[in-house]
Amino acid sequence: MSPRQPERHFGPELLKGLWRENPVFIAVLGLCPALAVTNSLLNGLVMGAATAFVLIGAATIVSLLRRLIPSQVRISTYIIIIATFVTVVDFLLAALMPEAHKQLGAFIALIVANCVILGRIEAFASKNPVGVSVADAVGMAGGFTLALSMIGAIRELLGSGSLLGFDVMGPRFEPWAIMILPPGGFLSMGVILAVFAYLEKRKARASEAASHPRDGEAAR
Amino acid sequence: MSENREPSSVRLAGTLGIAGLCSGLILVGVYLATLPRIQQNQAEAMQAAIYKVLPNASAIEPLALKGDQLVPFTGPAGAPTKERLIYLGKDARGDVVGYAVPAEGPGFQDTIKLLYGYDPSRRAVIGMEVLESRETPGLGDKIIFDPHFKANFEELKVEPKLELVKKGEKTAPNQVDAITGATISCRAVVSILNQSTQEWLPRIGDGASKTARVPGGQP
Repeated sequence: MSPRQPERHFGPELLKGLWRENPVFIAVLGLCPALAVTNSLLNGLVMGAATAFVLIGAATIVSLLRRLIPSQVRISTYIIIIATFVTVVDFLLAALMPEAHKQLGAFIALIVANCVILGRIEAFASKNPVGVSVADAVGMAGGFTLALSMIGAIRELLGSGSLLGFDVMGPRFEPWAIMILPPGGFLSMGVILAVFAYLEKRKARASEAASHPRDGEAAR
Repeated sequence: MSENREPSSVRLAGTLGIAGLCSGLILVGVYLATLPRIQQNQAEAMQAAIYKVLPNASAIEPLALKGDQLVPFTGPAGAPTKERLIYLGKDARGDVVGYAVPAEGPGFQDTIKLLYGYDPSRRAVIGMEVLESRETPGLGDKIIFDPHFKANFEELKVEPKLELVKKGEKTAPNQVDAITGATISCRAVVSILNQSTQEWLPRIGDGASKTARVPGGQP
């Protein structure tokens, strides 16, 4: 990371979380919800949205209060703020989406312990003005939701033959029950991580070749 | 920047105290705002389940257990209550079509909560819905929706007691066809039903004697 007050821009801070610094696929954080609740696309989406609400809310508050919170008690204060948002989202889901709330169960309350949230608060929102902090939170939350939805879609498609509850694989498809069981989470995650690692490697090779074209020729 | 100066412990405690206070106020507000809706959701889910296990009912009356007697329950609908409730279903003419009884017991992973309909005149279970369970997705959770399994409970004699048999081997009216791959969860459902019917049937009796019936109903 760059020194004390690096210049931050809205756009890049927003976009980096979606792909380049995706919290699940690149930073490999927040794996418990990413594996535990993603047995269907809807569950992935709702979990992602709940986490997004908490992350964006907490990042906004922490960024606004960053000069008022003494650093000695910052982590405890962050946790109080995060836990408040988590409990609010828990009540809201129970009131507005009782079915989804029943499905996600304890994992909503466990958002408090999601290291993506505390990580972004500590590494970014507590050190940056509110505008870019919100951009960072929106991007990271988007990336997290994208990741959970991807895993959820793969598992629902193969494990139940449907997407968002609609049958898409036809009556002759035999669902792979393992995909909606815990091992399915690990399998999907492993395959996606491998794909991401491969893409990264290819990109790194390409940019290396682009930055030293002469060297390559000279060496020949 | 004041980062080298150590803040006083009053400031540290004050920060946490204020954070906790604000958090508490917000939570109380959100709790009070969402509570009626959450209770309504629970009451609606219960109502829907009751009408599913008592398909012929057009009205339901909650009954509370007082001592060993069933008395009409007059508390507010949907509010949490310590009373043990069962639900009496009546058809359009006011005749008893059956009782919806909540029951629970240990499943494969966690407590299974279910609701079943019982018709005292036929001495049979006439419907079963799982309300809450954490059975293995893809295997045990079939007890919630498997149509063949649920059909077992449309007319299931409770005497001498329920018995679980392998899929396709049901021969007697008190036997339940299990789901292949969900044997443990099926066994749990049957044992919950056996326990609950043993407890409740003596209280329900033939359904007419212990509860007030609307006069003019067919005998």
